[in-house]
Amino acid sequence: MHGKALPYLLLMPATLFLCIFFLYPFVLVAFEAVTRDGAFTLDNFRTMAGSWKFPVTVRNTLLLAAIVVPIQLVMALLMASVVSRLETGRSAALYIFAIPLGISDLAAGLIWLAIFDQSGFLNTLLSHLGVVDRPIMFLGYQSKLTIFIAVALAEIWRATAIMMVILVAGMGLIPKEYYEAAEVFGAGPWKRFVRITLPLLRPSLQTAIILRVILAFEVFAVVAALGGTNLPVLMGETYNWQFTLQDSNVAAASALLILAISIGFTLFFLRVLRVPKEARI
Amino acid sequence: MSAVTQAPVAAVADARKAGDWLLIATAILLCVWVLLPIYLLIVNALSSPDAVTAFPKRFFPAFDLGSLSFFVNFAGVARALWNSVLVATLTMILSIGFGAPAGYALSRFDFPGKGTFRFLVLMTRAFPLPLLALPLAVMFIRTGLDDTAIGLALVHTTLALPFAVLITFSLFSGIPVELEEAAWTLGCTRLQAFRKVILPLALPGIAASAVFAFTISWNEVFAAAVLTIENRTLTAFLLQSLGESPLYLKFAGGAALVVPALIFIFAVRKYLFAMWGIANR
Repeated sequence: MHGKALPYLLLMPATLFLCIFFLYPFVLVAFEAVTRDGAFTLDNFRTMAGSWKFPVTVRNTLLLAAIVVPIQLVMALLMASVVSRLETGRSAALYIFAIPLGISDLAAGLIWLAIFDQSGFLNTLLSHLGVVDRPIMFLGYQSKLTIFIAVALAEIWRATAIMMVILVAGMGLIPKEYYEAAEVFGAGPWKRFVRITLPLLRPSLQTAIILRVILAFEVFAVVAALGGTNLPVLMGETYNWQFTLQDSNVAAASALLILAISIGFTLFFLRVLRVPKEARI
Repeated sequence: MSAVTQAPVAAVADARKAGDWLLIATAILLCVWVLLPIYLLIVNALSSPDAVTAFPKRFFPAFDLGSLSFFVNFAGVARALWNSVLVATLTMILSIGFGAPAGYALSRFDFPGKGTFRFLVLMTRAFPLPLLALPLAVMFIRTGLDDTAIGLALVHTTLALPFAVLITFSLFSGIPVELEEAAWTLGCTRLQAFRKVILPLALPGIAASAVFAFTISWNEVFAAAVLTIENRTLTAFLLQSLGESPLYLKFAGGAALVVPALIFIFAVRKYLFAMWGIANR
């Protein structure tokens, strides 16, 4: 009877929803970015790029991603390897490693604020150890470097879990026989990791890196909590254009820039880490 | 003869043991890395306002509810908490309501357009979705959805819907179609078979992905801050009062964000890996 129509009927709500709230807004934001008062113009991009903050903003965002993502990749691989080898306490370790997955970036920022604040735990520890006499101001406007380090640590702490979970799932798909065979031929743990785990993990590595890089360009609340305006990043500037400066056209241009960077990197990693169809497990 | 063979065996056993210890030590270290910052935030939240701003700090909670009661009674907090719960609940209902039928359709039918739909869903991953809030802000003002819980929930649903679709897709794919077919031959209609056979089996997984959708909305900062003014959610409230609010308010607020998230993640821990592992293929 309605066998043919049924799948479309079931897909309709989700499709309509995504068209209205995903595709349409993108058309809108692109439109808003290249127009002003109804006329086509590139002024919005010029205004955005002309702001004195712009070069710093772009540099901060890219630098943060470039430092945070590789460290996270290594940590996620370490966590995933530990988890896949643990015999007792495996599920407990998994749960604990996954906790930051459920924690908001704002909360993560506040968590690290408790550590790096002037009256925070790091200063307390340092003074107990006799390293400092007076608490240091880690997050003041003069200490850009420590703000950067604090933000990087908070980001590493918060978002490694996402990569870890993807990699654990990926490692579970690698057949045990490969490892057994390698062991028979005398390959040590490191060699097995480099020669078996890493190559076969490539599809998961690809997804993990893409997802994480996109999130890295969206960094916003962690920075707001730890650095305020002392460490401008792209997403924060977009928010500023919208609210503080009340210019939604330039905000749209800024949003489009983040989008372009995200898409660019997605395509880059899709290409660099592409997995030939025959090589998939 | 036996002495010759025993020596290497003992060496291998020693190496194994050392490896085991290293593994356990790494696991514990990584657990401390994840848990310690959360612990420190909780210590702050459970200290009196004076203790939070004092120096040096104590590393153990005083179980003083001063900060928390100040937070709860602070103007706007109760309302923000309520808004957060309301928006997250709406997001949960919308994303499962739209997502589950689509997931079911993807798992049970082969039809033209299936690939396109999957592509649309996966594409949402390559975009920084919170940015959608900018163009939607204008659209919402025109339609009267601005500053409402349902408006924000619609944006959060774009974040949660792709997950809901992919998770339910994998859930339904895991339930043998033969069960359904058996029910049909016994006289059930398609709907009855779904309700009496498939739904009970899929329910725990659906509940887990609902919790996941709730958590996504509960944690979201950017869109919440852009789209709400009077009806701010807890994250938006905390973000906008970062500049002026005292430390103890921030930490109590951070704890209020983190503790429910911990519970959510604990509740769905069994499904976490299935969800992320499969949702990212």
